[in-house]
Amino acid sequence: MSYFNELYQEVILDHNKRPRNFGELPGADSRANGNNPLCGDRLTVYLKLDGKTVTDVRFKGAGCAISTASASLMTEALKGKTVEEIEHLFARFRAMVTGKTSLAEEPAAKLGKLEVFRGVSDYPVRVKCATLAWHTMLAALRQSDETVSTE
Amino acid sequence: MRAANVASRAHQGSAWFDVERVRADFPILKQQIHGHPLVYLDNAATSQKPQSVIDAISRFYSTDNANIHRGVHLLSQRATDAYEGAREKLQRFINAAEPRETIFVRSATEAVNLVARCYGASHVGPGDEIIISAMEHHSNIVPWQMLCEEKGARLRIIPITDEGELILEEYEKLLGPRTRLVSVVHLSNVLGTINPIKEMIRIAHARQIPVFVDGAQAASHLRVDVQDLDCDFYAFSGHKLYGPSGIGVLYGKARFLEEMPPYQGGGDMISTVTFEKTRYNVLPYKYEAGTPNIAGAVGLGAAIDYFEGLGVENVIRYEADLLSYLMESLASVPDVKLIGTAPHKASVQSFSVAGVHPHDIGTIVDEHGVAIRTGHHCAQPLMDFYHVPATARASLAFYNTFDEIDALVAALHKAIEVFK
Repeated sequence: MSYFNELYQEVILDHNKRPRNFGELPGADSRANGNNPLCGDRLTVYLKLDGKTVTDVRFKGAGCAISTASASLMTEALKGKTVEEIEHLFARFRAMVTGKTSLAEEPAAKLGKLEVFRGVSDYPVRVKCATLAWHTMLAALRQSDETVSTE
Repeated sequence: MRAANVASRAHQGSAWFDVERVRADFPILKQQIHGHPLVYLDNAATSQKPQSVIDAISRFYSTDNANIHRGVHLLSQRATDAYEGAREKLQRFINAAEPRETIFVRSATEAVNLVARCYGASHVGPGDEIIISAMEHHSNIVPWQMLCEEKGARLRIIPITDEGELILEEYEKLLGPRTRLVSVVHLSNVLGTINPIKEMIRIAHARQIPVFVDGAQAASHLRVDVQDLDCDFYAFSGHKLYGPSGIGVLYGKARFLEEMPPYQGGGDMISTVTFEKTRYNVLPYKYEAGTPNIAGAVGLGAAIDYFEGLGVENVIRYEADLLSYLMESLASVPDVKLIGTAPHKASVQSFSVAGVHPHDIGTIVDEHGVAIRTGHHCAQPLMDFYHVPATARASLAFYNTFDEIDALVAALHKAIEVFK
């Protein structure tokens, strides 16, 4: 069936059932809360940073399969990346899930495992589920940037 | 219950309620969604419209359209007659004592805001209290919260049981010398609970406290008689009552509507205007500033005609059979938990499925043509009470069938399979 093949891929179902990097991160340098007021989804993203590089990231919270799997796969994708790399990655991820394919299909736009969310573009109301963790993570990142810049 | 439900299934297409004939009146129901027949179970969000309502709006714009209450020309007279005729239909529908107690507004939400603003202006001050319940829609929470913030008043909440019933002993305890108004929902949009509002009104009136009733869900599923209830205000919207969106009704007892200040200033709500002083118009026009939703009122009048033509008692009886079949069918699905199991209920059933988020349920059942609502249903405090972020909700109308409930359950099984 179409929803099974395109939206609820095996990888997504697996990460929903067994989310990776789930739970609080002791000694986190930054954290942010995110929620989708319309869905009732709530999550917290924790970051550890070494200068401009994310060294560890975890999340906790409750949401639908798409938002949980997206948070889980995001945490796997971010470790070791710089703030700039993460911002570029999110721009391409968002282009993919919103169906703005010109940017998402550029040769440089390697999204790796995050490609499993391509099916979200057929479900416009679910885009916010796929991007909630990312927006929350960016808020944590920027909050940390501000702290760094004021010190 | 099971025997009763088996019997009720035989009612489908019976002499007293021919659901297939009724369905033929609703053009939208004939379509396919993702290759499946549409099963529309989101009636608590908005109802579908019979052809007679669609035609009434089209006919109004094709033959009678003009502004009302002004102009001596024939079209203006016809438009005024159509608009005021709709008001009289609504007055009879809720059994208001007089047409002037029936105010046209945009929505049930606007009706709450109107009363919060206008009643609040003259009756609520610092230290006063407004009482609402734990099962209110945001539209019956936020306007009162805004009023309380502005006036330094306090919002107090009637608690509920796990089944979803108001705890009346606690309600009585909340009523005190500073209580200025009680505002409570008639039929809960999340739990389906029918609240004992007649009794609650009697209790409040014994202490000279007026009561506002949110009838947004009730007007299309129960018989509403405002004089029998003796409520001071009653609000509902057109779009949940098989009429168009953008039109709603505020009923208010004339003595309150007379003494309250106007809601908005503008044309039609005045009798004379000078730069020194404006005299306000009489009821109901005092609360209807500006050109109203004339075609919306006409459409709502047609919806009332249609609804009453079916026989409101027939609708109530058929929907009660449907609801008990829905509840029984959902309860038979493994991992499904019903939310809202009060003994006195109508038309709405919320539920959760262990291990599957409501949004995922909503997306997958939609693939099977089944439209349900998932989310917090504009009742976040109620979600917090049940410790769930959201629920799935199936809500019925008289054009739904027993087969459609079977289709929902079959689709739910598919959803559960995906997440096993």
